[in-house]
This record gives sequence, C-alpha cells and structure tokens, in this order.
Amino acid sequence: MVKDGAALFKNHTANAQDFLLTIYQHFRLSYPKFYKMDNLSKLGWLTSEVLLSGKFEAGAYPPEKTGVILANTNSSLDDDIKYFESVKDIASPSLFVYTLPNIVIGEICIRNNFKGEYALFIQDEFDAGFMEQQVNYLMDNDILDACVCGWLDFLDQEYKAALFLVEKNKGDTSLLFSEGNMNGIFNSHGEK
Amino acid sequence: MSEPDVFVVADNIFSPLGKTTAENFTGLKQGLYAVKEHNDPDISTASFFASLFDKHEVFLERNTGNYTKFELLLIASITNAIEQSDIDPVDKKTVLIISSTKGNISLLETETYNAELKKKISLSHSANLISAHFGFVNRPVIISNACISGVLAIITGLRLLRSGQYENAVIAGADVISKFIFSGFQSFQALSQQICKPFDKWRDGLNLGEGAATVILSTDKKHKGNMTVKGGAVSNDANHISGPSRTGKELTYAINKSMDDSGVSAADIDFISAHGTATIFNDEMEANAITMAGLQNVPVNSLKGYYGHTLGAAGLVESVISIQSLKQGLVFPTAGFQELDKNMNISVCASVLPIKAKNFIKTASGFGGCNAAIVVGE
Repeated sequence: MVKDGAALFKNHTANAQDFLLTIYQHFRLSYPKFYKMDNLSKLGWLTSEVLLSGKFEAGAYPPEKTGVILANTNSSLDDDIKYFESVKDIASPSLFVYTLPNIVIGEICIRNNFKGEYALFIQDEFDAGFMEQQVNYLMDNDILDACVCGWLDFLDQEYKAALFLVEKNKGDTSLLFSEGNMNGIFNSHGEK
Repeated sequence: MSEPDVFVVADNIFSPLGKTTAENFTGLKQGLYAVKEHNDPDISTASFFASLFDKHEVFLERNTGNYTKFELLLIASITNAIEQSDIDPVDKKTVLIISSTKGNISLLETETYNAELKKKISLSHSANLISAHFGFVNRPVIISNACISGVLAIITGLRLLRSGQYENAVIAGADVISKFIFSGFQSFQALSQQICKPFDKWRDGLNLGEGAATVILSTDKKHKGNMTVKGGAVSNDANHISGPSRTGKELTYAINKSMDDSGVSAADIDFISAHGTATIFNDEMEANAITMAGLQNVPVNSLKGYYGHTLGAAGLVESVISIQSLKQGLVFPTAGFQELDKNMNISVCASVLPIKAKNFIKTASGFGGCNAAIVVGE
C-alpha cells in the first residue's frame, strides 16, 4: 500500500482476503461494519480510509459538495459468484446487497458523510482521461468541492485500488489533477 | 457559463408491451399491463408477478453475432431509435452510453465459471459487441449504478454534450430478469405477490420487469423545437446501503439541484415521474422528498405497475413515456394505486390526466443510497 509516493505497508501473504484483513489490523482501524462487507467494499473502504486520514478535514466542505466517482472492470462479479452459490441453498440477502458495484461508494459515503454526486463506471481498463473529464465537470461547475475518484477492482485473487482525492483547496503536497498525473501514479504501482 | 441546449432527438422502448415508443404509449392508453402472473421454474418454484418477454420472443431476425438476450434487447432498442434519427454512429462526435445493473449475469446460472465466462459476463464485453455492431468509433461509456443507472446515464450524456466533448449521445439501458435477480429481491422480501401498488396504503413490494429503452440526445441546433433535457443532479443518502434515507432530505437535494441546473422552479414543474417501486420504505421516502421540494401539489405517477421495475432500463423507460406525455398532453395514472398512504402528502395520479405540460421531473433512488433527478421540457 502506497500513499503520496511513500510505501506504507507491505505484506507478502498470498491470499487477497488475508491481505485486506492485515491492512485493517495494521492501521488499527475500528469499524465493525468492515467485517460484513464484500471484498470490493473492503478494498475500497480501506483505501479511502488511508487516503483520507490525516490530510482530509472532515467538515471542511458541505456534505452535499463531497462525492465519489469510481470505475472498475469486473463490476461486483467477485460477490455475484458467492451470492449465486448461496442461492443453491438459501439465497443470502447479505450477499445479494453487494451484487452491485456502486455499493462500495455507498460504504465510503456512509463512513465520511459524503452526500453529493456519485457514479460508478465500468471500463475495460482505467481511463484516466474520462475520469479527469467527469471530475473536472463537477468541480468546474461548482457541483463538488471535493471528490474521491479512481479505480477499484476485485475478482478472485486479483485486485487493484488507486484512489485520488481531488479538492478545491490546494494542500502542501497537492499535484495538479490531470490524466497524466493519474496515469503516472496508476501505472507505477501494481500490475496494469 | 453558457451551455448548449441538449435536445431529445429520438427514443425507443422495447418491452413486453411493444417494440417501439408508439406501441408502448398506445398500450398504456389502452390500459394494458406488462406485469402478469408467470409460472417459470427457471426463475422461481412458485408462481410470481413480473413483466417478462415470451420465452420464444425473437428480438432480432438474424442473430448472426450470437448475442445474448441482454445484448439483443439493447441492439433492438438502439436500432429502432437510430432509424428515427439521422444520427451516424460512425461519427466521431457521437458517443454510446450503456446502462445496466446486471447485464449478462444470468450466464452464471447455465454456464461453468471460467475465464471465458468471466469475459462474457462483463458489461464492457457486451458494450464493445454492441458498439461494434453499429460501428460506433468512440469507446462506450458504461454505467452500473443500481436503480438510478438509467437516469444517471441521461445525466452523464447531458454533461458530455454540454462540455462539448461530443455532439450526440445514444443512451441505452437494459436488464434481463433471471433466477439471480429474482432470488435476490425475494431474499429481501421485497417482491409483491400481486400487481404492485405504488404509494398505496396497502403496498407490499415491487414487481420485477425486463426490457430496454434508448434516448438519443444532441446539441445540434437543427433539432431546435424538440424537447430538451434541461438539467440533472445526483445525491447520496450516506445512511444505509440497502435502505433509503429516513428523511428523504437527500432526494430532495437532488430534485432541487436538478431544478437549479435547469433554471426552473417548483412552480414550473407540471408532473413528476417518480421511482415509486411500491416498497414500504422507498415510497414513503420519496413522498417526503417530493413534499420537501415543494412539489406536493404536482401530479405524480409511477409506471412500475405497468412495466415492473426494469432496473437499469427503468429511468430510461419512464423518461421516454414521460416525454410522450408532454408531447401528447396525457399523464398516465399510477397502476395499482387506489388509496394514498396516510403518511404521505402528495398528489398521486389515479386516473388518466389530460394536461398542458411544459416540464416534468423524473426521479430515481436505489441501493447504495443513491438518488438522481432530471428535468425534461419544452
């Protein structure tokens, strides 16, 4: 796990679920709902926690002007397969609710009281240009003041999360929000 | 900032009621319902109410692409909409936007999970096939945002056109009902055992429905005089992943923002096409939101009793019918509705309403706590 270019946590465990749990434990997070989440939501929630910790001041912006725009390629298929396994016995409502790829955004919004714009796009691969266009529209038109955006995908044992915090107020370590900067960060970590 | 008008150029509904917008509108005028009782052991062991295509329905005369039912529905709907317009998919200025909640998920029921199936299930695979079928040159935009997908697809198209990135947007949504989706809603105890009753005091759940719908938008000034999509907005409850906001405040926010974005006020809204799924909590939240937005005296309908909840298509199906309602001066009653829930203070449309209308609002809400609203008008 890398934040602002600095490696925060490494674990060579082979199992993706174990990796998520060790991150949760490493950062001493306490959020009982975490254990109920599907893998995609766990991955997104953990990444957003680390992204927003420290630098993001809760309450700096009105809730209605904070939002989340994400993209992925495998939708909620990781949970879809688990849910459909349950149907053979008794269909599980707690698995079914996660059979939508936008639920993870709901989890991040609940945690941070983000009440503004939100969208989940499905893409073959991360399209930083499209993301830049979408988020800039919301910022330039004064629809949002702050936005978490990026890529979030989990299927079987393959996963990748790359989230970016975009704000109107410039911080000390801020980079310009651009397709090039997003691609640079996205491509220098993990696979693809 | 001066933004171009975004005109509605053409549309289609492809549902069990008909294969064109006109067939669907005529069907509703005749009081037809697509929701019926079905016996289909592939979906459920007990009989159930839903809006489904006939199992032998032919969606495309020659299915040379070996497309799935989900893809065929989209192709049929998009084909009909494009035929009514002079939009050229091959034009660099045209973008395809696809909306669906579950796409090809029914393949999990009949095929073994492997790398090949993983690819076939992915929405981008379907979108790429559809895009290639028509020859679109730009990468398709795909939206999967639970029950607001269709309305969000229109908002996304509106913004892509306003920003000048494209001149035309072909926006299509579809979902197919199979055991996967049915069993899930059943596990939530969200399904009604009869035709659903939106906003009614005796409402007891929703009906599922399948179908597709398409809207083509353009900023080309030659379409001046057509209806326009005036504005839209999205909000999140930040409350619960599977239950709506307790207050409706966040949907109110989306409604108000969509009116601001459109440059209209509550007094300019002539009717509301609500989400109205007929679940206890959704309808009450929506009624609260409509009242808080100052729209409690504006006629409201829900079309879920006719079509069921068509998920990723719903926002598009209901927008297309509402656009016809503007054109033909006729708002449909809320099928299944008889007596208003005493906790609600809104004006539910209970019989055919002749109307001279200029603007309507279409709303949607869904799992994940999402809400969306658009304003369409003259």
